[in-house]
Formats: sequence, structure tokens, C-alpha cells
Amino acid sequence: MSAASPLDPSHTPLRLARQAVGDLTQIALTLRREVVGMSFKARAPHLASALSCIDILTAAYWGVLRIDPQHPRDPARDRLVFSKGHAASALYAVLAHRGFFPVKELESFGRHGGRLAEQPIPFAVPGVEAATGSLGHGLSLGVGMALAGRIKKIDHRVVVVMGDGECNEGSVWEAAMFAPSAKLANLTVVVDYNKWQGTGRSQDILSLSPLREKWQSFGWHGVEVDGHDIAGLIDALWLQQDDQPVAIIAHTTKGRGVSFMEDDNNWHYRVPDERECQMAIQELEKA
Amino acid sequence: MVELAARDERVVLLMGDIGNRLFDEFKDQFPERFYNCGIAEANMVSMAAGMAMSGLRPYCYTIAPFITTRCLEQVRVDLCYHRQPVVLVGVGSGLCYAELGATHESCEDIAHMRVLPNMAVLCPADVAELRAMLPVTLSHDGAIYIRLGKKGEQSVHTDPLDFEIGKAYPLRQGRDVAIMVTGVIAPLAIEVANQLEHTGLTCEVVSCPSIKPMDHGTLDRLFSSFRLVATLEEHSLLGGMGGVVSEWLVDQSNRHHAKLLRFGTADHYLDTAGGQTEARTEYGLDSRTISDKIARAYPRAIPMTGAA
Repeated sequence: MSAASPLDPSHTPLRLARQAVGDLTQIALTLRREVVGMSFKARAPHLASALSCIDILTAAYWGVLRIDPQHPRDPARDRLVFSKGHAASALYAVLAHRGFFPVKELESFGRHGGRLAEQPIPFAVPGVEAATGSLGHGLSLGVGMALAGRIKKIDHRVVVVMGDGECNEGSVWEAAMFAPSAKLANLTVVVDYNKWQGTGRSQDILSLSPLREKWQSFGWHGVEVDGHDIAGLIDALWLQQDDQPVAIIAHTTKGRGVSFMEDDNNWHYRVPDERECQMAIQELEKA
Repeated sequence: MVELAARDERVVLLMGDIGNRLFDEFKDQFPERFYNCGIAEANMVSMAAGMAMSGLRPYCYTIAPFITTRCLEQVRVDLCYHRQPVVLVGVGSGLCYAELGATHESCEDIAHMRVLPNMAVLCPADVAELRAMLPVTLSHDGAIYIRLGKKGEQSVHTDPLDFEIGKAYPLRQGRDVAIMVTGVIAPLAIEVANQLEHTGLTCEVVSCPSIKPMDHGTLDRLFSSFRLVATLEEHSLLGGMGGVVSEWLVDQSNRHHAKLLRFGTADHYLDTAGGQTEARTEYGLDSRTISDKIARAYPRAIPMTGAA
């Protein structure tokens, strides 16, 4: 698989060639197989959360972000803050396949002494912007980075990917109020809206719905997309307003791509055994 | 802060909707580097971390309990764990805002902040210490908490000082008792020293603006030269400067025989109205109570060295 983006990000919004979409779909499948294997090998939970956001990350890293894996700390780079740190396996798989570090290193996920901890360690892995995992931090970090871009007059964008369960945290809404008041047009948040959180339906635990309207009423430009439609995600991620941040509500399925995991919240914590791992990978190869 | 911002274009000032007109000059001169973050401290701190990750030097200003306890987890994860050079400035620490009640008092903040790795804790005694401290914060690697009083407190330094993080500053010489004091309660230490002179005890008073890191050289000197060392702070007896000194002392394997007395606020909240002076008195932080306790505890008959 090619590490470079098959897309030409010079024109927006992107109208993807059928070929390019096909390539990205294949990349996303590879990444899904990767995270299933990582979860199995490391006995690490949160597999379903990782599968939920693979397409969002694929769209961002191959279709939108101006990044150079050879220069991961370039001050002018676009930044993606992966706020749902519990799904770090997805981010690691993406970064490795995008060329930030060797794909082979993914085998060390969760291993003692390695740098690919189950939730990111600060500045340990090229391309990982922050050590997330405690929820409700990423958006504020992203707001700070977006403001820094403005202050330093660097024309970079900041994309924050967060979970819907994470929207429980009050700090998210502090940041959600701040960003529009600062007119942060260089900031986009993507909510991976799979309707589940740790132990139950998001809507039953804390009332999230209507989620797009919530963000809009806070002053964001809100859009809703199918969070597994890579072309649609890329278009949404390219959206920028003159004086408003953008909130993308990405409707997703937790465990996406593995039929026996899809929308079954047991897989938030459950780790696949060898047979389940093989079944999952077979299914992801056939797709 | 205006001088700091003029000197270094990385300086950004974030504040939590307090200090009416206090920042007008900064705002006028550096509008693009000033943000009122609203009454939302968690976001302010994480945002500051995001800015620091992009190479800026943010200073976050609000009332002491709100820049520490209110957003402790953001401070811990985004500043300390990520080792970001963000300076938290808490105003009205200790009992400064006692008239507003315990919600606005802050007698636990040193304890909260000093257990965090990559966090320095600085408590200036007066404007001279603060002025000397601010430029130094620009080159510090890691987060800093600066614990301020309100305004108009009495100065204890007459001359400008050469500030270093981790250094203590003697304010007054003496032979018998050493009083280590931190923060804007410093004038009380001098008052205590004056009163003790009437009982025949002369006191050295040392201002300790740097709680973490602590000046271990000064600790060594005080505990080897004095029979009694007292700590005084407008902070809980649990986990404050008295705690720092106790922990250090235990680690010295009984090398020192000086007696340690700690003065600070007791382990309970106040539930009566009143201002800072009354609140200090409620906690026994007045010169008469303190000097009486020191005079009574002073080991007059015990030799300075040997098996005490």
C-alpha cells in the first residue's frame, strides 16, 4: 500500500476520482485488520472504538491534512488532535501506514518498553500531537493550537477527533463556547457519533441529541455526514467558514467492519480470542 | 506582564474573567495576545497547553482556588504530564479573600500543585519578589504556579533581588530562632521576630518564594545553625511549606537536632464571616500566638549538638 496520499489536496472541495476513493477504502480495510490484530496481540480493549473512527482518520490523513511524515514537528503542519485516546491503536495504525514510523513497529503495541502505549505517551510517537486518554481535553488543546496558529500567523488547520461519550465532559462545552467567540475558522471538530459509550447508549446516559443542533446553537457551523463514507468525510473536512469553526457530526457504527462486533457494545472492553481475530480478519479481507 | 510581552513575542495572557481594568494596558498593546477565557478554567488551562505545544508562553490568571483546584486534572495532564511551559497565576491565595468565604480561600493549593511532577511552586512575598520572578519564568522548562496575595500588601524587600527558582532570601538576621516564611504573610514573620526579641530570642527571617524546588542549602544551614526553625505560611499545615520541610528533615537521617515548629491553617474550613485578619486569628496566625508558641517551645536548656 502506498504511504503517500493518492489525492491532490490543492483543490477544494475535493471531488474524488473513483480510483482514489477505491484506494482509500482499501487503506481503511488494511487499517481495520491492523487494529484487530493489535487488540488481539496486546490483549488491549477498546477495539470497537478504534474500528468506529478508522474512516474518519483515513479521510483526514490521506485526504485533507497537510503533513509531512518526514517532518512531524514542522511548525506549519496541520494538526490532528486525537482526543479519544482509548482508541489509540487506530491512530498508530494510521500514522504507521501514512509513513510516520515503520508499520512493523505496530507489533509492539502495548508492549513494555515500547513507545506505542495503549493510550499515547506525550511526544513519544511521531505524528501524535498529545497524550490523550483522559477525555474532554482534546478540543481545548486544539483550540489553543488554532489560536497559536493565528497569533504566530501560520496558516495551519487543526482537526480534533473526539468521541460522543466524551461530549459528557463539561470542559468540551467550555471549549465549544470559546472557539466561536474567538472566530476560530481554522478549527474543525469531528464527533465520532457511534451512539455508545463505555457501558451504555450515549443518549440514555447523558442527553446528547440533537447533537448537530447543539454545536450549531453554540455558534459552530454544523454538518452531519456518514462517518464511514470517506469521500463525504473528506468533503466535510475541507469545509471552512470565514469566521466560524466547523463541527462535523460523523454518524458511525461502533465496531464497524466486523459483523459480529458492529453495534455490540461488549466490544468496548472485550478482546478477541484467536478464533474471533481470524474470523474478523477474514471478513475484512473479503470486503 | 506588559514588559514581559514586549520583550518576548511568545508571551500570551489568558484570564478567567477577573481583574476589571487590570489588563487594559496589556490589551491595548497586545490585543492579539490577550484572551478573556470566561469563567471556564478547565478550558483555559488546556488551551494554554495547546498554545505552549505550538511554541507560545501562556500565562493564565484567575483567583487561586480556580486556577488550581477547579481545573486540577487539566493542570496535571495537559501541563505537567506534557511538561508544558505554562505559568498559572493565582491571585488572592490563602485567606486573602476570607470575606468571600472558604469558596474563595485557598489553603490547599500549594499541596495540590507541589505533588505534581514538572510543576514549580512559587509564592512571592511582595512586589519585589514577583517582579524579579516573572522574567525568570520565561526560561523555565516546565509548568509554574505563582501564588499571589491581593494587592497593597506590605513590602519586605527594600532592594530589587536577583531571583532564582529554588533560592531563599534572608530578610533579617538572628542567632536563636529561624523563621521560614512564604508568600504575603511575610510581614507577620518580621513582627513575630520583633516580639521575640523582647523575650531575649533573636530571629533570622527567611523568605522562601520557591516552595518547589525548595532551597535545600538554606534548609541545611538553618537546621545546623539554629535550635528552633519555624515555618509560617497562609496555607494548610498539611502539604504546604511545613510539609516540604518536614519531609526533607525526615530524609536527613536525624543529622539535624533543631526543633521544627509549623504555623499554618488547621485542617478545617472557617464558618464565620470576617476578613483576612480575623481569619488569620481564627487559625492562630497572629504575632502574639506565634511568638508565644515559639518562646515556649524554644529549647533553652538543650545543647545544640549531641544526642538531644
